[in-house]
Parts: sequence; C-alpha cells; structure tokens
Amino acid sequence: MAKKQYALVTCWINGREVEQMVDVRASLTDMLRNDFRLTSVKKGCEVGECGACNVLIDGECFNSCLYLAVWAEGKHITTLEGLTGPNGELSDIQQAFMDETAIQCGFCIPGFIMTAAEILDRKVYYTDDELRKLLSGHLCRCTGYENIFKAVKKTMLRRLGMLDDPYLNS
Amino acid sequence: MGEVGKSQVRVDAYDKATGRTKYYEDLMPQDALYVRIKHADIAHGIVKSIDTSAAEQIDGVVKVLTCFDVPDITFPTAGHPWSMDPGHQDVADRHLLNRHVRYWGDDVAVVIAENEVAAMQGVRALKVEYEELPFVLDVQKAMEDGAPQLHEKFPHNILKHTDIRKGDYQSAIQEPGLIKVEGWYDTPTVQHCHIENHGCFAYEENGRIVIVASTQIPHIIRRVVGQALGRPWADIRIIKPYIGGGFGNKQDALYEPLCAWCTTQVGGRCVRIDCSREETFVSNRVRHAIRFHIISWLRKDGTFAARKVECFSNQGAYASHGHSIVAKAMGSFPQHYPCDNMECDAWTVFTNRPAAGAMRGYGMPQASFADEANVDECAKAVGMDPLAFRMQNIMPQGYEDGFSHNVNYYDSFRECLEAGRKYIDYDRKVAEYAKDTGPIRRGIGVATFWYNTAVYPISLETSSNRMLLNLDGTVTMQCGETEIGQGADTAYAQMTADVLGLKSYQDVHVVSCQDTDITPTGLGAYASRQTYVAGFSIRKTGLLLKEKILAYAQELTRQAPYNMDIVDGNIVRVTDGKVLMSLSELAMTAQYNPVHSEHITAESTYTIQNNAYSFGCTFAEVEVDIPMCKVTLKNMINVHDCGKLINPALAEAQVHGGMSMAIGYGMGEQLLFDEKTGKPLNNNLLDYKLSTIMDHPHLEAQFIQNAEPTSAFGTKALGEPPACSGAPAIRNAIYNATGVTIDQNPMNAHILFKRFSEEGLIKD
Repeated sequence: MAKKQYALVTCWINGREVEQMVDVRASLTDMLRNDFRLTSVKKGCEVGECGACNVLIDGECFNSCLYLAVWAEGKHITTLEGLTGPNGELSDIQQAFMDETAIQCGFCIPGFIMTAAEILDRKVYYTDDELRKLLSGHLCRCTGYENIFKAVKKTMLRRLGMLDDPYLNS
Repeated sequence: MGEVGKSQVRVDAYDKATGRTKYYEDLMPQDALYVRIKHADIAHGIVKSIDTSAAEQIDGVVKVLTCFDVPDITFPTAGHPWSMDPGHQDVADRHLLNRHVRYWGDDVAVVIAENEVAAMQGVRALKVEYEELPFVLDVQKAMEDGAPQLHEKFPHNILKHTDIRKGDYQSAIQEPGLIKVEGWYDTPTVQHCHIENHGCFAYEENGRIVIVASTQIPHIIRRVVGQALGRPWADIRIIKPYIGGGFGNKQDALYEPLCAWCTTQVGGRCVRIDCSREETFVSNRVRHAIRFHIISWLRKDGTFAARKVECFSNQGAYASHGHSIVAKAMGSFPQHYPCDNMECDAWTVFTNRPAAGAMRGYGMPQASFADEANVDECAKAVGMDPLAFRMQNIMPQGYEDGFSHNVNYYDSFRECLEAGRKYIDYDRKVAEYAKDTGPIRRGIGVATFWYNTAVYPISLETSSNRMLLNLDGTVTMQCGETEIGQGADTAYAQMTADVLGLKSYQDVHVVSCQDTDITPTGLGAYASRQTYVAGFSIRKTGLLLKEKILAYAQELTRQAPYNMDIVDGNIVRVTDGKVLMSLSELAMTAQYNPVHSEHITAESTYTIQNNAYSFGCTFAEVEVDIPMCKVTLKNMINVHDCGKLINPALAEAQVHGGMSMAIGYGMGEQLLFDEKTGKPLNNNLLDYKLSTIMDHPHLEAQFIQNAEPTSAFGTKALGEPPACSGAPAIRNAIYNATGVTIDQNPMNAHILFKRFSEEGLIKD
C-alpha cells in the first residue's frame, strides 16, 4: 500500500512565520484546526457550500476547506484569532457583531467576520444589494442574516465616515 | 437591578466574536479513533451478509463492527421526558446497527480506524449482500393493503391514529345553504440545516462511559444511551458543550448510543463520530412531510358551521418523535378557529424515507400552511377580505382549551393582526395591488398560528437549578435547560440577577456546559420551553439562596431578615436604606469564618403544571413575475405575543431566524427522493436550497407584550413560533396577487409553472 506523502509548508499564520509538515491531501482547514488548533475555522460542509471555514489568504477570503494546505506555501493567512488584538482587543467588525445581536449559535460567525473583514478593508461604499451579494457565500440558520447585515453595513459606514447619514443608515 | 426587559449583550458574545467558543469537535482528544458508518444504499431490504475481510486488511483499520455484532436491544430515540407509564413511552424500534434496512442511508456497519482516510476506505471496502424488498415513499400509499411493511408490529405501517370529535359534524353539514371549501395541502420533507453537523466522541473512564456530544438534551441522551446499551443510566455521563444550532434535530438521540457502544468495543479508547453534511440530511432526522385534507362548511356570513380535517404524517423509517408531531398539528385546528362541529383524524405512517423527528415548530408550520391556505379560500368563497375573515373567526379573548387549560387572556391574535396590518399598510396596498393585471402582479398575504409554550400536560415539565454565591459577590448558576444558540444563558443571567438583587446580569456566571455528573437534572432545549420553565426554577432557587444569604447576614449584622434585602449586590436595611455590607464581604466572611464556615448555595426543582398560549402572525408582500414563475418577497413582518420580553434584542433576533426558516420552507427547501430507488437526490447545501442573505427582504419583528399570568417572569414561548406562519403568508400573498392557489410548498418555479399553466395564466 502506498505510503502517505508529506510536504513542508512554510507560511505566515496570523502574522507569525511557521513551518509545518502536512499530508499533501490535507486541506487548509485541516492544517489550521489540527496542527495549529485554530478552532475558529469551522467545518459545516467541507465542500465550499457554507462558508464557515473562511480565512484570509494574502488578504483575500477563501473557503479553507477547498484550499490545499500545500498551496499555503509562502502565503499570509489570517484566521479570526488573528483579527483579535494581542490583549483580546476586538476589531470594529467583531464589536459590531456583538452590538447588533448578530450572533446566536456562533458557528457561522468566524467565516462571516472574515469575509466582512475583507470587504471592509477595501474601503469602498457598497449598496445594500451589492453588500448582500458579497456576503451571500455564507449560510446561517439562526439569524436570518438580518443583524449580520446590519453589523457589516454599519461598520462599512462608520469606516467611511458616513454613519451619521440618515438616508444611508436606514 | 431591573435587568429583565433590557437588550443586554449575550453572555457568550465575546467568545463567539473571537472564535474562542469550543464546540464538541474543538474539544476532541488527539488520539480519538475515527468511526465511519456504512449506510445502506437500498431503500428497503434485509442484510444477508457483510464481508469485512477487505476492510480489515486496510492499514489503520482497528475494528469492523456490523449489524450482526450489536446487542439485540431496541431503543427509542425521541428526546421526550421519560414516562413511568409504559403506554406513554416512545416506540423502541431501532438497533444500534440494523439488519432490516428501512431507508436509503440506514446504518448497517461501522469501521473504526486510526485515521479518517482509513475509516472511509474501510467503509468503501465492505461488501454488503442484501435481500431487497419493495419500498414505499408516499404516506397514503404506505397505508394501502399490500404496501411494503416496515415494522411487524404496525399493520398498514400505521404507527398511530388519533382523532378529535367535537359536536356533530354529519348533522351540522346538513344545514341549508352552506358553502363547501375543500382542499388537499402537501408539505415537504425538510431538514434543520444547523451549520454545525451533529457529532460526538466517547471514551471510558473508571468503568463508565463519557460522551461529549452536540446535543440539545444531555440528560435525556444519558437515559437513551443507557437503554440502548443495556447499562444502568448512571454508567453514562454526557457532556454538552456549546453547539452550532439544533432546531430539533439534536432533540433526538442521534449517534451518541452508537458512539458509546463503539468505545466499549475497543477497550474504552476514545472514538469519534462526525456526521458529514450529506449524512446529516439523510441519517439524522427531518421534518415530517404532512398531507392535509380539509373540508370547511361555511355560512354566508363567513362563520364556520363545520370542519373536517385529515392529517397524514410521513414518519419515515423509524418512530423517533412519532405521532406527537401530527397530534400537535391536528390539535391546532379546533383552537385556531373554534368551530362547534369538527371531525379531525391524524395518522402517523412509516415509509422508507429518513426518520422524521422534532423540527422547529413541531407540526405547526405544516398545520399553519394547510389551515391558513384553506382559510384564505374560505374568505374568498364568502366574498370576505382574508384579514377580516380572520378577525371574525380567530380564537377570541377568553378562550380556554379544555385539555391544556391554556387561556387567551388578552385579545392577542387581533392585536397582533392589527400591528401587522398597520406596518405593512395592508388596506391601501391590497386595494392598489388589486389593479395589477399585467405579467407582474403584487399581493399581500397574512397567516397566523398559535403555539404551546411547553409540554404540560402531555409530558412532564420540570426544571432544576443550582446557585452558588461566589466570594466576590457574584453568583454561579447551573441549569439543565440548554443554550443552543437561542440565548437562553443570557436570559437566565438577567432573571437570576433580578431575583437576587445583583447589580448586573454580568454578576451571574451561567455555566453553559451541561455535564450530567454535575448539572442539576433538566430536560434540555425544546418546545420553546427554556425561558418559561427555567424562569420558575430560577425564581425558586434564587429566593432560596437569598433566604440563606439573609440568614447569614443576620448573624453578622444582628438585623432581622425581614428588615433586610439585597439591592445592587449589597445587603441593605430596608427600614432606612442603610447599606450594611456587600455580598462579597458577606461571602468572604462566611467562607473563612473559623467558627461557622459556610459556602452559600441553593438548589431546587420546580414542577411546572401550567402551559401558555403563544400567538403570532405573518404578513408577506410579494411580486410575482408570472411568465418567469418567479416570486420576489418584498416585505415581511412577524408580530408575536410571547408575553413579556426578557431581552428584546435577542427576542427580535430569534424572530428573524424563524422568519428565515419559514421563507426557506415556503420558497425553496425540499429534500427530494428518487422514486425508482428511494435514494435522496439533493442531500447537500448546494442542491438543497437554503435561503441566503440575497433571498430575504428586511425582516421586521414586532411584539405585543401581554404579560402571561401563569409565568414566573410574564414570558412564554418564542423559540419555535417565528417559523410557523411565514410559508402560508407567502402562499396567500401569491394567491392575492394571482388568484391561483398553490397548495404545496415549497412554492418554487416548478410548482408555479404547473399551477399557472393549469389556471391559464401561462399559455404556450
């Protein structure tokens, strides 16, 4: 029987350079959860349908379940753990999820926040329809997306200095 | 002070926003063996043999166990409280692995391996030989003579039949001049689709079995595992960490019993079962597809002379929650629109589909769809506006149900309907949309529901908790009614703070994790009961703790207990408002008192012998593109009377989630099966159309806060109610827009095309 094949991956995870031997068949989800215990990376389907495992790779959001661990070579990966400051400080989008009651069971939240982080970092104003489309790669069964949408939209407006505009923030 | 009624941030929000919250898989021991299940790939048959030799040769495979190895014990899986009355106990019809395969996806064998790949390869290497039997998927066909039989003890596959007889239906329909409105209404098989799949791990410790599981009902799971393995219940310890949603699927013993048995077969080593999404759809539980036949007899003034309701509930392969779901659905009819002459019958019928169990709404989304569809047609038949028809006929103020003794203390239904009418601008829009005659037409629909708050008097209602005064003056609280994402822990913290007179809900540490070795016995999360039932035991235990605190304060302050109270975390002399000491000072002194040391704690159980009606309605506004057979939901509001709100922001969020589920139920979701093989066709999140953020308009949630008189905090059910009336409201909006009745959900393009063609709205 064929022996397993391993490869050495060198990458940056949440700002720290790491080296890890991985099974060449392993997904990035497997590596982040099993080798680095970054358990904010959630498994809801493992085939790219639900978005719970989303992480940033060089600033772009990916379903980590569809991304092979070996492809992470040389990449900068950010998980939700990396969005939180060294002393537990929350980023504005995390705070907004708390303030807007956007969290219930919490299982889809890490993925949602990572996608939101990517969108918000573009510093672009999106209409409601555009914002919904950008967030549509995530499934949530608890919230009806209502408060998640509010949290992302308010954070976008706040970053753009448009939060006080009564027309936009309706 | 005054924490109840405030929109406080969830107690678990920070950890969830930072991804720290641990779910079962995040707690997995690194050495856990993988258990993967061989699911049957036929819909019905008998396993003749399983050749395990190839699987056993695979490197990393530790053990293969089949349906020929399991103990000959059948067990029930429903997450119901146990009943000492054998007549009220759930049907025990499953083995840990089954030789008689009853649906495509039934469990016939397991492979236990050192790693996931070996376990999966092992499953693929198993050679199962079946004697195939004919199968049946349709509920009424399964009742016919000669239909394939699933369970020996249930002829015609009928698990149970019950009825309701009120007045004299046959005589009543003889009244001259009655208008008959008859319809058949079909609801689909759908799945809960919590984002965290079910899973668990188990190991032995000091001769007992420990199971960490994604479940809503740890104490009930302990009992079921004990029954399934033939072990004393106290041999089993269940630990329930945070879970990623449940919605009723995890109100059932899923793979905990099998996982527990597997650890005993490998010397107590840790074993894990993690359901894939595909398995979750098929081999967990689904919502009952119920078919309704309704005949309403109306007088010209729009009142009901008589009604007949037949309900056929598709149970799937195993009993699970069984007849209780359709019984609840049937029971809603006589109370929803009271009528003097009613004849109702409900059958629960086994078919070769996945087993149906509890799902958010427990029969009510189905009943509401059928009843509210029929009622809209009744309104049309007598020329009344659908809203006016409901206002006239719906359960009135003062109505009391003879069985549950629930009372409609206020005029809740009409108050909810008035609020919805105002928000959606019903009268103006209905008049305006009636003018639409083109290919795109707009419409508004309304639907209502009622819901029980807990399970009394059908089953036991009990809640226990324990409170401990910490040395810093905060309080630790444990309760068996579980947090499953709905926000129960936060509501408990708010209630506990108020009963004890603490400064803030943050001074209460609710132990979210249930451990059956430690947590006071509770029944778990289901029936929209948690806030209502835990409220009683929180109040009882809180008052007990307070009494103990004040008794100790008497020793230290020499003041009479009745002259003292706890305000903002301080012992206060009420006669003059003087602060005598803080709770922290009291706790420290009590703990380290060299002559009378005490750790101050209280524990109690409250047996609830009340129930409460929860009410609500949905208004939906749609735009129907007739040639495209496309419905766009433009606007939607739910109005609920769930009593006083403990946490308005969380309540609103609950309603959003339920509305979303109702939109999916109405417009997209349906688990499909191949008629030729019984194989599920779309058991994944790509092909099963779960609503995304693009499928929703703004979801408006409003409340009528009529305090529930029987409740410890004025509150009653809200968890499930928001999922009940959305689908029929959408159905009635399409009816309003097009004049076409759609009597099955989901109302997708396939169904609309068929119906619009039949009604001549679409021509070749």
